[in-house]
Amino acid sequence: MARISGVNIPTNKKIHIALTYIFGIGAKIALDICNKASIDKSKRVNELNDNEVNKIRELVDSNYSVEGDLRRKISMDIKRLTDLGCYRGLRHRKKLPVRGQRTHTNARTRKGKAVAIAGRKKVTKG
Amino acid sequence: MSRSIWKGPFVDITLIKKAEKLSESGRKEVIKTWSRRSTIIPQFVGLTFGVYNGHKFIPVSVTENMVGHKLGEFSPTRIFKGHTTADKKVVAKVT
Repeated sequence: MARISGVNIPTNKKIHIALTYIFGIGAKIALDICNKASIDKSKRVNELNDNEVNKIRELVDSNYSVEGDLRRKISMDIKRLTDLGCYRGLRHRKKLPVRGQRTHTNARTRKGKAVAIAGRKKVTKG
Repeated sequence: MSRSIWKGPFVDITLIKKAEKLSESGRKEVIKTWSRRSTIIPQFVGLTFGVYNGHKFIPVSVTENMVGHKLGEFSPTRIFKGHTTADKKVVAKVT
């Protein structure tokens, strides 16, 4: 059982995969950590000894912001924009795409599921 | 791609001059400007700009947090007040 930075307990997988289960650590950073700790990345988590686990834990805690801290940081950044009243903040407020994408069609990730417009005539093939 | 650091932030020169003049004189006036492309620099904090949005000059009072943003970001150019709801459309047809 390996517990790194709070709640994450990835076992049975190779470390460079298991580390990506932590929010804020992707494939790149996971590999970086393995290299820095000089641990063979193909080793599985349950094969690691306490020393190695501690090493990884230290690296993650000191160098990267993960999980709750990162989530807080992201929401604070968005809050800053919305409070400023700048264009990006307005887009966040309205839950529309922030980076200039089209909204005539698509943009479903931000807008949520499509809602049918009542009373609109259906297009019939002639 | 973001702007090269060695160039520094872009601000229209006329805008800098106007801002300097105003902060020297100590008066509180709205600086009308069309230069939406200008970056807000620390010297601008506390001043008020009237940023043109193609229709009106929107007053923007600059605070510390705004440094680094462009003036145009605070003066929206489009108005969208939402679609009329279905029940309102029916009423409009009847009358």
